[in-house]
Amino acid sequence: MKIKSIVAGLSLCFICHSSFATTIGFAQVGSESGWRTSFSESVKAEAKKRGIDLKFSDAQQKQENQIKAVRSFIAQGVDAIIIAPVVETGWTPVLKEAKRARIPVVIVDRNVQVQDESLFVTRIASDFVEEGRKAAGWLLSQPQAQQQCNIIELQGTVGATAAIDRAKGFNEVLAKHPQAKIVRSQTAEFTRAKGKEVMESLLKAEQGGKDICALWAHNDEMALGAIQAIKEAGLKPGKDLLVVSVDGVPDYFKAMADGDANATVELNPHLGGPAFDVIDAYLKGKKDTAKLISTTGELFLQDTAAAEYEKRRLN
Amino acid sequence: MTTEGVILNSSQPEQQNAGQSNAEQLKAARQARYSPGQSAHKFSLYLYPLLALALLLLVNLLLDPQFFSLQWQDGRLYGPLIDIVNRSAPVALLAIGMSLVIATGGIDLSVGAVMAICGAVCANLLLLGDWSIPAVIGLAVLTGLACGLVNGVMVSYLGIQPIVATLVLMVAGRGVAQLLNQGQIVTFQNPDFAALGSGDFLGLPVPVWLVLLALLVMQLLLRRTALGLFIEAVGCNAKASRYLGIDDKGIKLSVYLLTGCCAALAGIVATADIQGSDANNAGLWLELDAILAVVIGGAALTGGRFSLPRAVIGVLIIQALSTTIVVSGLPAKFNLLIKALVILLVLMLQSELFRNQLKALFSFGKAHGGKA
Repeated sequence: MKIKSIVAGLSLCFICHSSFATTIGFAQVGSESGWRTSFSESVKAEAKKRGIDLKFSDAQQKQENQIKAVRSFIAQGVDAIIIAPVVETGWTPVLKEAKRARIPVVIVDRNVQVQDESLFVTRIASDFVEEGRKAAGWLLSQPQAQQQCNIIELQGTVGATAAIDRAKGFNEVLAKHPQAKIVRSQTAEFTRAKGKEVMESLLKAEQGGKDICALWAHNDEMALGAIQAIKEAGLKPGKDLLVVSVDGVPDYFKAMADGDANATVELNPHLGGPAFDVIDAYLKGKKDTAKLISTTGELFLQDTAAAEYEKRRLN
Repeated sequence: MTTEGVILNSSQPEQQNAGQSNAEQLKAARQARYSPGQSAHKFSLYLYPLLALALLLLVNLLLDPQFFSLQWQDGRLYGPLIDIVNRSAPVALLAIGMSLVIATGGIDLSVGAVMAICGAVCANLLLLGDWSIPAVIGLAVLTGLACGLVNGVMVSYLGIQPIVATLVLMVAGRGVAQLLNQGQIVTFQNPDFAALGSGDFLGLPVPVWLVLLALLVMQLLLRRTALGLFIEAVGCNAKASRYLGIDDKGIKLSVYLLTGCCAALAGIVATADIQGSDANNAGLWLELDAILAVVIGGAALTGGRFSLPRAVIGVLIIQALSTTIVVSGLPAKFNLLIKALVILLVLMLQSELFRNQLKALFSFGKAHGGKA
């Protein structure tokens, strides 16, 4: 009798559990960069807040590990799966398996290439074009940029989506302001060392940078390298030259707090919230979500930089 | 220190075996290298790399009229030319080490990764705080030597092909550096250490002095002792050198150790320059630049001959080219293509066969009647 009631109680518990707490599997790329780490942390924190049972899998930058993880999620019978894909191709078979098991899949960050778009619910990603627009919008609203404004652009790695789209967004806004123009544009491959080296040469080619009003870098790392080069050229970054970039890494907030940099558009790591919203709506019966949901981070300026740096340094 | 030990070890049995005649042979060989009859050939070896460098600098002058201007600013020389020399420093240090490895018929693909490891060691020690600068440098160099030891033992004592043996550390080494940095970019605030990368001494950047020092020490070590000759002998024919009494395995081990040491110095310069260690990108693909510089300097990848000054000229050519591309204002997507074409041109200019063909082509009309 006693054993029976315990078993009954336990099974009831299981039923309660499965009917009330949503179980979601999350196949993450790995932890190759600071941004990726904060992305993972943000998803975990959001799941905890909403009382979601999150099964987290770190694929260590390998697609085969991600596919294994997704298969094990399907075997465990989770309510939904979130995938942050390592690469775009090769997802069709495992997505079909998920569809057969009637488990909705949400793609976050990078894209997947599949013939049949019904294999996933939606993709949630940062809008790089909008990031470029925001950076340009801020820069061109500054008093320094109202007269003739010569801009140096440090591009990301040639061919990278982030570099192409950020340049596109920036140039869109720039086209409406004839007084401002990009006089030098060169790739610094998203790295600090290249940022310094390229900026050094470009400043010398522009008569020491006296006529340059701003630096626009496709990511913070390049901007941080360039700031050192600007200082070594005897100019004051943040004053003689406005510095604006994208990402929001802790070191850049420190540079802003020190007055060496002016603005950054955060590359939004908080993709967890929107993903959970979509899954929630889907499980409640809303099946016609748009196939791409874009998010953009906030623009951060010097006034909040010191506080933001303290907050981010601890993470 | 290690290299000197190797010389002693290898020269003792040789004297016992072959006695005086061997020493005379060595002397004769040395004299043959520097004999006046060869000076014309030697001159042309320097002529074409220098010509290529001069041409590149001239193109830069056309692109930017201020290119050759040098100013005295904040107690140091300041100008595009100084930048080229300064930015060449890490690859120049790598190329000095790489010359020796290539002269023994080997190759070291791991130097970029060793740079990243040594940079990570420096950054993490500086973050811990209670380490003096000489201790940090010393530990970084020891790390470089340890990496060189791993490569050297694998190549010389375990008989693994150099390209494979060093490929292991090329891949694994970056992983080690990432592990040390826990996947982050580790930055530090230490003006004394940063001076190694961006400071100056007697008007020139510190990295330039480091390269000059390394070049001088190595050149003395290699050309004022028999070590350079031993290295070339091992590269020409390891078996014959062994029969001659040269400890070929010891020589091979020692060149990998020297390369590890050079890579450590390059790592220190790169880390000090940006005041941070970026395990993913520090020294990335620089091993290929170093190999290219050695080849531009006229060394054969099959081993047997090397020249440190010419390898450094090769590095300057590569760096001058990078600067040209940046200053040229062409869209960034053309960078690699232009780089490849110019390098191809420089290498062809150095090929005697190509020069003769070119000469024949131009003098065809004139020579047609007379010479044929």
